[in-house]
Amino acid sequence: MSGARAVGLPRWVLVPALVGALFVLLPLVAIVAQVDWSNFWGLITSESSRTALLLSLRTSTASTVVCVLIGVPMALVLARTSFPGQGVVRSLVLLPLVLPPVVGGLALLYTFGKRGLIGQSIEVVGTTVAFSTLAVVMAQVFVALPFLVVSLEGALRTAGERYEVVAASLGARPTTVLLRVTLPLALPGLVSGAVLAFARSLGEFGATVTFAGSREGVTRTLPLEIYLQRETDPDAAIALALVLVVVAVLVIGLARTGRTAL
Amino acid sequence: MTLSFTATVPDRGVEVAFDVADGETVALLGPNGAGKSTVLSVVAGLLCPTSGHVELAGRTLYDAAARVDLAPHRRRVALLAQEPLLFPHLTVLDNVAFGPRSAGASRAGARARAQGWLDEVGVGDLGGRRPAQLSGGQAQRAAVARALAAEPDLLLLDEPMAALDVAVTPALRQTLRRVLADRTCVVVTHDALDALLLADRVLVVEGGRVVETGPTREVLTRPRSAFAARLAGLNLVVGRWSEAALRLDDGSTLSGLVVGEQPVDGEPVVAVFRPTAVAVYRSAPHGSPRNVVPVTVTTVEQLGDLVRIRAGDLSADVTLPAAAELELVPGSAAYFSVKATEVEVYPA
Repeated sequence: MSGARAVGLPRWVLVPALVGALFVLLPLVAIVAQVDWSNFWGLITSESSRTALLLSLRTSTASTVVCVLIGVPMALVLARTSFPGQGVVRSLVLLPLVLPPVVGGLALLYTFGKRGLIGQSIEVVGTTVAFSTLAVVMAQVFVALPFLVVSLEGALRTAGERYEVVAASLGARPTTVLLRVTLPLALPGLVSGAVLAFARSLGEFGATVTFAGSREGVTRTLPLEIYLQRETDPDAAIALALVLVVVAVLVIGLARTGRTAL
Repeated sequence: MTLSFTATVPDRGVEVAFDVADGETVALLGPNGAGKSTVLSVVAGLLCPTSGHVELAGRTLYDAAARVDLAPHRRRVALLAQEPLLFPHLTVLDNVAFGPRSAGASRAGARARAQGWLDEVGVGDLGGRRPAQLSGGQAQRAAVARALAAEPDLLLLDEPMAALDVAVTPALRQTLRRVLADRTCVVVTHDALDALLLADRVLVVEGGRVVETGPTREVLTRPRSAFAARLAGLNLVVGRWSEAALRLDDGSTLSGLVVGEQPVDGEPVVAVFRPTAVAVYRSAPHGSPRNVVPVTVTTVEQLGDLVRIRAGDLSADVTLPAAAELELVPGSAAYFSVKATEVEVYPA
């Protein structure tokens, strides 16, 4: 054995750390153990499973794109400007992180639903938002946005403004500075934020079921499908759960290699 | 490209006014916290003063009364800091091409110009590298090229050599000296040599005010302000290079170590040495060290635990007991001696 010694770390710390690690890993092992491997392929490729998986991937991709489009400007404003009440604004933006998703779904329903705050005005145009695929994306954006904003804001603060000052002194307009200096330097934070937002969207359940319901092929994403199948066909639920676990592990692995490569 | 500057920044207790003529390099000298960097920030547009007027090449950059405050990117003022701050995600060549690209040049055109500037500062073969693959000196050279490639009306240097290894500063100083020769430039420095070799004129800033100003050589050899005296008080001897030594007009010679390129015979050179390196004798020293000058003492003053003995343009610092033993008073005859290894010779 060779390597640096961790000075000041008592050995007993390893015990609770190990307990914690087991607490996270054991349930995953339990799922794998429960899978009915002989029918596994058939279970995850059934009509309803494939529909739910594709809907999940489509909506999560769409919500990640939306998160990037509105989250990047939000992170820039939070990291690079100062205005009265900025602390309060930051806390409010982060609220969905700690809010129960069901509450978020209700809030969305009373905003964009049929009798919601601005739902009525939307209905005038001839469309309803609630219980549509659009509602799924909105619910996912609502819960996933803080992940991207927090991650990118941290990266922007770490990168600092020194390079931006240099770029401006070389005659670059603010938009040029943003596109050629600020964002490239914060790219690792942006990538990991986007990956986290995608993963959070993929797993979103509470806000979706409240605001978008569970219509097969329209709003029934993979987590909702798993919850429904659990009642009727536990084997299918476990097989699908394993698919979500694998996708989540892949996403986190991708984020890690992305971070080290950059 | 003249700069006219007046500004008050009460938060930092700074109230400074000065002008820089077209093609002139002015050095701002002063202790930490004196307001030198504040002045640069105001010129660059990074800090808004409460009152004042900043004008560059006939354009108003800032005017409190007229409510003009030009954005940094419209000022045509390039800033070179202590650290090179090359954009880490771009190659060295694209770093230097950044200014021309921002001004609307084509990619190929900007790169061609960038290559020219890299050649100019002596790192023309490093354009394909990433900044992380450069040494500190190379990176600072690339940063100089990048600032110049933006073709600014005014160049601001904020202690450009403070973060560099002492081994590479003389060569970079010579490069800066060459490229800054006919540029309008303000350089903040702690180093008397930077001021001497780069600047035509010196402003000494202390406590947010300009306390002394004048031609560099005059301020450094006959400092009036306390800071300039402490910082500089250097002995500068100007002459011509002849037979491997500096020859003065009166025919006497001074030997030293040449810094930078070897001068050719007849070339004007300046020798620099610290007063602490000078030994003082009442009678001609034995064993004849090479640099001995007979002098007449003009002033004797105490500076802390040292005594500074001046004789015309030269000064020597000796300890209190040594001064007591020498019993020098204005008018005394003495000999100043300095080892050749303590004397640095620069092309003037």
